[in-house]
Amino acid sequence: MSTDAHMLERFAVSAKRRRRDRLARSAILGATAIALIPLALIVYYLLSKGLGSWSWSFFTTDPTGNTFFASSSIGGIKSAILGTIEIVAVASALAVPIGIGVAVWLVEYGRNSRFAHTVRFFVDVLTGVPSIMFGLFVYIVLIIGTGSSYAAYKGAFALALLMLPVVTRSAEVVLLLIPGALRESALALGAPRWRVIFKIVLPTALPGLVTGVLLAIARAAGETAPLLFTAGATLKSGFSLNGFMNSLPIQIYTDVTSATTSVVNRAWGAALTLVVMILLLNLFARLVARRSSVG
Amino acid sequence: MESASITSSGHSALERPLLARLPDRLLKYGLTALATSILALIVYFFIRLVGEAGPAFAKFGVLGFTFGNDWNVSANHFGALPLLVGTLITSALALLIGVPVAVATAVYVTELCPRRVRGPVTILIELLAAVPSVVYGLWGIFFLAPKLQPAEQWVADRLSFIPFVGGGLVTIPNYFITGLVLAIMILPIVSSISREVMSTVPVDHKEAALGLGATRWEMIRTAVLPYCRTGITGAAMLGLGRAIGETIAVTILIGDAPQLSNHLFGQGYSLAAVIANEFGEAQELHRSALFAAGLVLFVLTLLVNVAARVLVMRSSRSKRPKRSARDFGESDTAVGAALSR
Repeated sequence: MSTDAHMLERFAVSAKRRRRDRLARSAILGATAIALIPLALIVYYLLSKGLGSWSWSFFTTDPTGNTFFASSSIGGIKSAILGTIEIVAVASALAVPIGIGVAVWLVEYGRNSRFAHTVRFFVDVLTGVPSIMFGLFVYIVLIIGTGSSYAAYKGAFALALLMLPVVTRSAEVVLLLIPGALRESALALGAPRWRVIFKIVLPTALPGLVTGVLLAIARAAGETAPLLFTAGATLKSGFSLNGFMNSLPIQIYTDVTSATTSVVNRAWGAALTLVVMILLLNLFARLVARRSSVG
Repeated sequence: MESASITSSGHSALERPLLARLPDRLLKYGLTALATSILALIVYFFIRLVGEAGPAFAKFGVLGFTFGNDWNVSANHFGALPLLVGTLITSALALLIGVPVAVATAVYVTELCPRRVRGPVTILIELLAAVPSVVYGLWGIFFLAPKLQPAEQWVADRLSFIPFVGGGLVTIPNYFITGLVLAIMILPIVSSISREVMSTVPVDHKEAALGLGATRWEMIRTAVLPYCRTGITGAAMLGLGRAIGETIAVTILIGDAPQLSNHLFGQGYSLAAVIANEFGEAQELHRSALFAAGLVLFVLTLLVNVAARVLVMRSSRSKRPKRSARDFGESDTAVGAALSR
């Protein structure tokens, strides 16, 4: 009697189980492949349609508002690019100090107090608020409230609200990674708390903070909804924060609804420009993250 | 330094003079005020939103507005049911299509794939999150929707015996396409949180399953997935929150018709899309009705998000061995950061 072979037979994985294992594994692999198909398609269409409308004048002329004639007369996207850069810059100038300030409070002062948990919860609530609600909020406060019209700085406010929770949450994670011993040694040497924060904690965390901020900026740059009823849409380039201001997402949104092919092509060109800007920010953020020792 | 450590005023000589302590106090109270102001801001927003929505609720009643099946701008009559249903159908479709795929990618990345491709696959999936909503809309309406329309029509014709799915003319913008694009949009967040949760499965559990003779798939089914059930549910809810609040892509893809479509491939409207599309030229009661739609949307996303967070936090907290309070904070925020992505 060959009991050994018999035993092996009993413990071996049956053909049925092996088949099921192989089936499940290939289903998982297939689903992963399916997840990547849309990305490939989007990238392909953005490049093939977008690059076609890219030209020197595409970036150096304002849209003319003329949507019925050949592509030469509809203009480019200069005002949209400048507007996006300006609005996002102002939004970052508002959101970054406040966002990091709240994170510093959470880590250095609030810690595990009940109030800190409440603040953390509300910051998370802000993350889940649909982006168009920030537009409505700014509309209620700054447009109904003041009785004035759309303006670039109002759009920046809406984007700042959107960025705030992202900045705070990412900054908090980075600040928590700073070893407590670093703070304690500075305190033991007689440094006051504010000096510890500004001279030790923040500089050590800087690369991580920059990464979080860049990702928040990348997210805000692509948002359309908060700008619809706050910054308005216009054709001309202008730098006044008090006037209407064009932006890339708004330009794309307006062009999508057009029936003219050349205008839709401008939307593709603008979309490619926007995606390239966002990807550069993302890439930059990853590079900073890789170079940092903390975070 | 003086030899005496206690000065005449009774303070320690080591203590900083009042003026030097000032910046510390300022920073502490300043930052506390900042944190408090976030709370105040949200509460203030909610109150103002309720105030602006007031006239519409007063005219139609809260339930009458939310579940009234008539959104008619020219007749100045507003019931949000077609919008609510559009939001729910498209988000449900997004979950139905998106979550299984997202969980599969997470399983692939954490359990099956070779170490070399782990990083690239993760980055590629995260890249989907970098594409702006309006670009998804543009791509969906000019590429995906026209390409899929014949296939959708074929399905609708074949399945005409099933109510809601079959029959009827398939329009280019419709519920299904919207749900499909939303599924792509929520994929990165659901995938990244599932991944985060799956990485908390103790190696012991997996090795125990394999040691008992389980195949890889049996190990995933018996050790990984049950352990992560709460977390994956949370991730799906979070994706649901995103899908419900998604505005611009939906506005472009859903057709913006204020009606209750009687089939899956018909046009409709959503709460977020109606605001984006009509707010610009809305007046008085219409505007108030749009604020009311915003309030319904806000409350809906709030409920979904709070439920999601509770689930994700619970799954990442309860199963780990007891740790110090400080560690709790950290694991909280690590998941929190994943959530805010």
